[in-house]
Amino acid sequence: MSGLRAVARRIGARPVLAFWAFFALFPFIVPNRTMATQVLIFGLLAMGFNLLYGYTGLLSFGHAAYYGLGAYGCGIALAKLHVGSLWLGLASGLLLAGLGGLVIGFFCLRRRGIYFAMLTLAFAQMLYFIAFHLADWTGGDDGLRGIPQLTLGLGPWQYSIETTLGFYYFAYVLVGLAVVALKRILDSPFGAVLRAIRENTSRAVACGYDVNRVKHLSFVFSACFAGLAGSLDALRLTVVPVESLFWTTSGQTVMMTLLGGAGTFFGPFVGAATFLVLEERLSLVLEAWPIVLGAIFSAFVLFLPKGIWGTLTGGIHGRQSA
Amino acid sequence: MPEFSTLLAQVFTGLVLGMIYVLLAIGLSLIFGLMTVVNFAHGALYMLGAYFGVFLLGYTRSFWVALIVAPLMVGALGLLMERFLIRRLYGRSPDDPLLLTFGLSLILIEGVKVFWGKIGLTLDPPRGLAGAVDLGFMIFPAYRLFLIVITVAVLIALYLFLGRTNIGLIIRAGSRDPLMVRALGIDLGRVWLVVFGIGTALAGLAGILAGPMRGAEAEMGVSMVIESFVVIVVGGMGSLLGAVVAGLLIGQVVGLTTLFVPKLAEIMVFLVMAVVLLVRPSGLFGEAGLAE
Repeated sequence: MSGLRAVARRIGARPVLAFWAFFALFPFIVPNRTMATQVLIFGLLAMGFNLLYGYTGLLSFGHAAYYGLGAYGCGIALAKLHVGSLWLGLASGLLLAGLGGLVIGFFCLRRRGIYFAMLTLAFAQMLYFIAFHLADWTGGDDGLRGIPQLTLGLGPWQYSIETTLGFYYFAYVLVGLAVVALKRILDSPFGAVLRAIRENTSRAVACGYDVNRVKHLSFVFSACFAGLAGSLDALRLTVVPVESLFWTTSGQTVMMTLLGGAGTFFGPFVGAATFLVLEERLSLVLEAWPIVLGAIFSAFVLFLPKGIWGTLTGGIHGRQSA
Repeated sequence: MPEFSTLLAQVFTGLVLGMIYVLLAIGLSLIFGLMTVVNFAHGALYMLGAYFGVFLLGYTRSFWVALIVAPLMVGALGLLMERFLIRRLYGRSPDDPLLLTFGLSLILIEGVKVFWGKIGLTLDPPRGLAGAVDLGFMIFPAYRLFLIVITVAVLIALYLFLGRTNIGLIIRAGSRDPLMVRALGIDLGRVWLVVFGIGTALAGLAGILAGPMRGAEAEMGVSMVIESFVVIVVGGMGSLLGAVVAGLLIGQVVGLTTLFVPKLAEIMVFLVMAVVLLVRPSGLFGEAGLAE
């Protein structure tokens, strides 16, 4: 255990390098390469959630909204507007998710504490119903179909994302860049203010920070990460199911992050991997596998609130009443 | 424009839906007011109320027994949840009980699927209430009228309980200033249990009352709990009057939008919430800053 802890600490000290090195080999370690890509994408979604919950101290129960907006933004640009470029598709997804974060964040931040969680959940559910009824654009209940599989243009080079491994490394680079971006955000003075808000909001106010604006910006960043995850998933599946916006997606994100460890850099990825492996193994032997997952999650909340990675690194994330 | 009688019938339908919202929101609000716990499992307990109703009806052949026993069973489950699980989280962030009850509701929803199957069940109203009643100005299903009467009776009983009894006084005092109540030598732990039991029993009651109209289905609680959150945000958290007014208001909004623009019905609930957040962020009857 102490050996494992030392390794975890060392990884935690150089997270970006550790990410690039580990995930370069990841598809060859796991038996199932599709799952390797899923770990990247859902890890990114959980990472976005973690920026808001783990680092800023705001519990969002509605990250399905930004994941879904990213997926629909990318999917609609490619399948309905025929923009014909993966980059434009990804940009549309990111933009739509960021805008969603801007608007929904504005409303949700009008209330603090526990209301915030309920409001994020409510607005995500509203988007679900809107997507459900706006079938001309979203495909409604059938999901958005017909997202073309384009090749990626990088100047004179073409890169195919049609193979599982090809897509994995495409996602690897983008998620890796997002990891770099997150690290930059957390290391900046802005990131320090986020943690100040988490630890003691009134003191941050007293220090003269415009706390609401900082929270709002954190919300938008968080939504952008989630949106990138959604866009990537739309490209991977070439379809956007309407369930992307359903509360189950939000719940899954929350569970992944808490299993891995909220407020830790790698927790979201560890949690996503744990969740997906559990899901795969359990669903083979037990039809009612969500019971076991619910029980494990509840036990984590009760007894292991720092999560797997947080416990390993001896997480410094002291959670306190909001 | 639809005819006046159609409009009136829809207003009554909205009233019935509003009553269900009120029962759920009051329970949530009562629990929140005293313990600052948001019980995500409230929807799952509502769903259990309907399933217990189906089970008891099959077992005892009496709707009336089921109507009384099902909420008690749900309340008992609520007591166990509070005493052995949620109580461990007091003193931690108020987010933690929300997360825990989210996990618990997953277990309950999937557990029901194992026990009663994935396909929803139906719950028959008692024979005496199966038909329709002529109210003079319109004809209305008897069961729905009964639901309105029962809910109003329960609300009056709750009002008297909170306003006129000693324990009601303690509950109200406990949500104002728990520290002072403790200092006066009152064991708040027991009061928490009582309130959690009552709140969850109300969810169970809402479930069995909704059963004859909506049946029993494992996933039926989740959208209801989200909409009940909305009711509380609109009414003002911790305000019981707010929960009643907002519940009835949202019921009317859903009912009338269903009549005029059916596609918008589900979305309107959230639009009302957004407007209230813009105009009056603390809710219609809420005090600003309560448990924030």
